[in-house]
Amino acid sequence: MGVDIRVENLNAWYGQVHTLKDVTLHIQANQCTALIGPSGCGKSTFVRCLNRMHETNPIARAEGSVKMGGVDIYHDASPVEIRRRVGMVFQRPNPFPSMTIYDNVASGLKLNGYRKRRVLDEVVERSLKQAALWEEVKDDLKKKSGASLSGGQQQRLCIARALAVDPEVLLMDEPASALDPVSTAKIEDLIFELKSQYTIVIVTHNMQQAARVAERTGFFLTGRLVEFDATDKLFTNPSDKRTEDYITGRFG
Amino acid sequence: MISALPQRSQQMERAIRWRRSLTNHFVTGLAVLSTVVVLVPLVAILGYLLYKGASSLNLAFFTKVPAPVGESGGGMANSIVGSGIILAVASVMGIPLGIAGGVYLAEYGRGGMLGNIIRFTADVLNGVPSIVMGIAAYGLIVVHYKFSALAGGVALAIMMVPTITRTTEEMLATVPHALREAAFGLGIPKWRTIMSISLRTAMPGIITGCMLAFARVAGETAPLLFTAFGNNFWNFKLTEPMAALPLQIYVYALSPYDEWHRLAWAGALVLIVLIMLSVTLVRLYASRGTIKGGH
Repeated sequence: MGVDIRVENLNAWYGQVHTLKDVTLHIQANQCTALIGPSGCGKSTFVRCLNRMHETNPIARAEGSVKMGGVDIYHDASPVEIRRRVGMVFQRPNPFPSMTIYDNVASGLKLNGYRKRRVLDEVVERSLKQAALWEEVKDDLKKKSGASLSGGQQQRLCIARALAVDPEVLLMDEPASALDPVSTAKIEDLIFELKSQYTIVIVTHNMQQAARVAERTGFFLTGRLVEFDATDKLFTNPSDKRTEDYITGRFG
Repeated sequence: MISALPQRSQQMERAIRWRRSLTNHFVTGLAVLSTVVVLVPLVAILGYLLYKGASSLNLAFFTKVPAPVGESGGGMANSIVGSGIILAVASVMGIPLGIAGGVYLAEYGRGGMLGNIIRFTADVLNGVPSIVMGIAAYGLIVVHYKFSALAGGVALAIMMVPTITRTTEEMLATVPHALREAAFGLGIPKWRTIMSISLRTAMPGIITGCMLAFARVAGETAPLLFTAFGNNFWNFKLTEPMAALPLQIYVYALSPYDEWHRLAWAGALVLIVLIMLSVTLVRLYASRGTIKGGH
């Protein structure tokens, strides 16, 4: 099941650059929350703070409070523990090229020391089915490399890989921006399916996409969260002038 | 813009085409010539070794130890085995150390002070003449202990480390950062990510680096002169002086006897073939089970 995420006064820096300024928002459990805004507005940095991926860059740091289902992820847990509870899907599909399809999906469990064959088989099948990839790859599971699939299939493989470790939250950083429209539609269908079991946060440049998949949407600009509201409300009747300018295409 | 170009006459067109075709043939010819120039020495050396050495190869060469001065016959069996043992010792020490150094440089010490020092040291070490390595191992081990196969192995291991470290670093640097992030995102600890993702993805290149280092030290004579020292008899103890092919070739080549000269040629042939064989075998072994469609 998904958990809610309470973010309070989150600030982030890359070296001297202050990329995220006093962000406070409440992400509901088992909903899809979309984050939109022009390039460099801090939305990617924001999701990377939610699984402490931000700090893997040696010059980066973050301050503030992020509570995931009540657990303060910056004080009560290690980054590794947090990342096991929070799956992440990146902009460019990044399957492990040295691994088969099966090993890609099983990697999160296997590389954390889990080896029970029967359970792994089950998890791989379940995750690939959840990611709507099972039918396309079930005959090549242990024969083909994850890198041999098409771009759209690779991205669904990465989603399956993230789901296999049974996370509570799924972060997606522009998961469809490198894909063609057919693959994009598949990913969006998937988000719809997955909402019942996970809390989903998706960064997107595509406002139609945000409108299609998300219950709530946040608009970022120059490191600040300008507006955060129900998706319908934000797109039809924004309360901030800057949001309106952005969604009507006046800038960004 | 194209319309602004002056009209070319048919004659001009033909002249231009002829010139381009000439240039093309000239450059292609140059490339072929360079390839031949590079390949000729290699083929010539192999051919000359075969011509000079093959006739002295017989069963005794592979089964007997060197004959005493004045007696004919004898072989290099103890040198072949000795080289194998010394190289195994060198590889067991040099390869893990070299790879570990490369991992540090690529995954931990990037841009750091210590990393830069190690990188610089490795580059300097790479350029140190092999006889100096021999003297170093002599001073470090032989002076305090004795001439031994172990000392020879250490000297060769020191020579292997910088090559392996630098190739490992370079190969790890080619592993996309996105793969590391993918692993971190799954909650896989950094050390695990390095072992199972970074190193595994870079493995073909790292193996090439190891084999380069191996092939280079396999033919080294100078570092063994005052370490492994050589031995005319069988010895399997690491703590005793041991024979090695390059040493035996060196001794025989400098001797005044024609038969020993012929044996030296045969030894050189065997050395080259063994190096090529071991490199090929490792490559075959490493490429087994490679999955389809990677990269």
